[in-house]
Amino acid sequence: MSQDAAVARNTLADFIRRNPTIVVGGVLLTLITLAALLAPLIARDPIAFEPINRLRGPSFEFWLGTDSLGRDVYARMIYGARISLLVGLSVALISVVSGAVVGLMAGYFSRFDAIVMRLMDGIMAIPSILLAIALVALLGSSVKVVIIAIAIPEIPRVTRLVRAVVLSVRDLPFVEAARSNGTRVAKLLRRHILPSTVAPLIVQATYICASAILTEAGLSFLGAGTPPEFPTWGNMIASSRLYLQIAPWTIFAPGICLALVVLAVNLLGDGLRDRLDPRISRRM
Amino acid sequence: MLSYILRRLLGVIPVMAVVGVFVFSLLHLAPGDPAAIIAGDNATEANIARIRANLGLDRPLLEQFGKWTWATLQGDLGVSMFSNVPVTELVQQRMGPTFSLAFTTMLVAVVIAITLGVLAAWKSGSLLDRAVMGLAVTGFSVPVFVVGYIMVYFIALQWRWLPVQGYTPMSEGLWPWLRHLILPSFALGLAYVALIARITRASMLEVLAEDYIRTASAKGVATLPMLLRHALKNAAVPIITVIGIGVALLISGVVITESVFNIPGIGRLVVDAISRRDYPIIQGVMIIFAAVYVLINLAIDISYSFLDPRIRYS
Repeated sequence: MSQDAAVARNTLADFIRRNPTIVVGGVLLTLITLAALLAPLIARDPIAFEPINRLRGPSFEFWLGTDSLGRDVYARMIYGARISLLVGLSVALISVVSGAVVGLMAGYFSRFDAIVMRLMDGIMAIPSILLAIALVALLGSSVKVVIIAIAIPEIPRVTRLVRAVVLSVRDLPFVEAARSNGTRVAKLLRRHILPSTVAPLIVQATYICASAILTEAGLSFLGAGTPPEFPTWGNMIASSRLYLQIAPWTIFAPGICLALVVLAVNLLGDGLRDRLDPRISRRM
Repeated sequence: MLSYILRRLLGVIPVMAVVGVFVFSLLHLAPGDPAAIIAGDNATEANIARIRANLGLDRPLLEQFGKWTWATLQGDLGVSMFSNVPVTELVQQRMGPTFSLAFTTMLVAVVIAITLGVLAAWKSGSLLDRAVMGLAVTGFSVPVFVVGYIMVYFIALQWRWLPVQGYTPMSEGLWPWLRHLILPSFALGLAYVALIARITRASMLEVLAEDYIRTASAKGVATLPMLLRHALKNAAVPIITVIGIGVALLISGVVITESVFNIPGIGRLVVDAISRRDYPIIQGVMIIFAAVYVLINLAIDISYSFLDPRIRYS
């Protein structure tokens, strides 16, 4: 064995030992993402139903049994990961990008600040699930509406975070130096201030992703989320709630899956926070 | 102090104004005719016209907003499209169960979370500490309806210890009331326990490292008074802050929990309104819950100065 390989393995082992939560969360998340991407290869049709096979228990043919319409619970569970991950990632992306833009402006331009922050306080006061319910009731249920509805209440949190970072670096010597060199504001914000917000934003993005996945499932469960014909975990639980006593697997399988994904994302977030943002990690 | 409270009370006005504008404009942001949207897909022309007149949608936008704001300020949140009953009356009828659930959940969560958090910080690094931290991460990841159904399956259906669902008002006895709330409170409380236990542990760890704690121990103060009177009291501010932030979590959770356990509260009212497109109900409940959130957080902000005399407001 070459020495390089030994060194590489050593650093890998080192990394795992030092960051167990990143590794556990990352591996779990990778496996789930792979399953979601390869769904057509590892599971049968999640929508096909065979009434003759209603509410069958787990068996060799149906690994996790069937639901009240005779649909394969395992297949629906695998396909369900697709919507969950899509919603989680899109919400994190949308809210982080728009929150970062607003936060940069609010932190840098004090005239803009007061108005924007009052606006954000107001949006934060509206319970996110009710806002989503209202939007879905008005616009009809679709994955797009659900993503937007969940992203809006997350924006104020990102804005506050970015604004706080901007306020703390705005008057530091390196920013002052760039400013007195005649750097234009857009470039100043992008090149000199934005980099300080990256680490906390990455951490925040993972938490937003986790809570978005939970909210989407909750909305689907209430019948205000992804349309019922989509195999999502929330829809699976909602359509099986009457069969809890005779077919608990129809609820437990998607439920445990949901918890695992959110746990994986949260673990990843905690690990990243410990690594990237030591100031906070010491307190939490 | 008094001027601070007054100023904070005035600060509620812009926040609620934003909430109002936002909630009002949601209806008009949707593409197309809001009356047609509310009426649904197979509505007759007459039906749409009735809704339009009913909601005042045929008036100019600014006039609508003025009227709506004036009515809302006087406590008139409109009339349900479906039952023609005022929204405030419907909410009042459903308030008991929701308030009971929120109260018992808060109580269960705060007691369990602070106990666990204090123990974890005291025995920092021990097995107990790691178990509490593990519970904190897990509790935050399992949605309330999953915990709820797992509890219902085992505790209510298999072992038959507690009722599966439903609600009994307190007027029919304390135990029947409480019996129906135990499972929902624990299911809903789990995420809240996770949130509070985590911050309690963190805040306690910081305080326990202070010199005056060492002094107290050196003087021979017994462990329990040391933990509670000397440490917890000084660790309280961040804990109370998180309890306030968690109210938002609690409100969203209440809506889902009421559906899981079939509790006839405000959450069910909203969820039933979705399929009927009963927009005035959704709108009204949004405003009420936002006001509750703002007021609780205001109360918490004001309570800081009583908890920590070092915090002074000029």
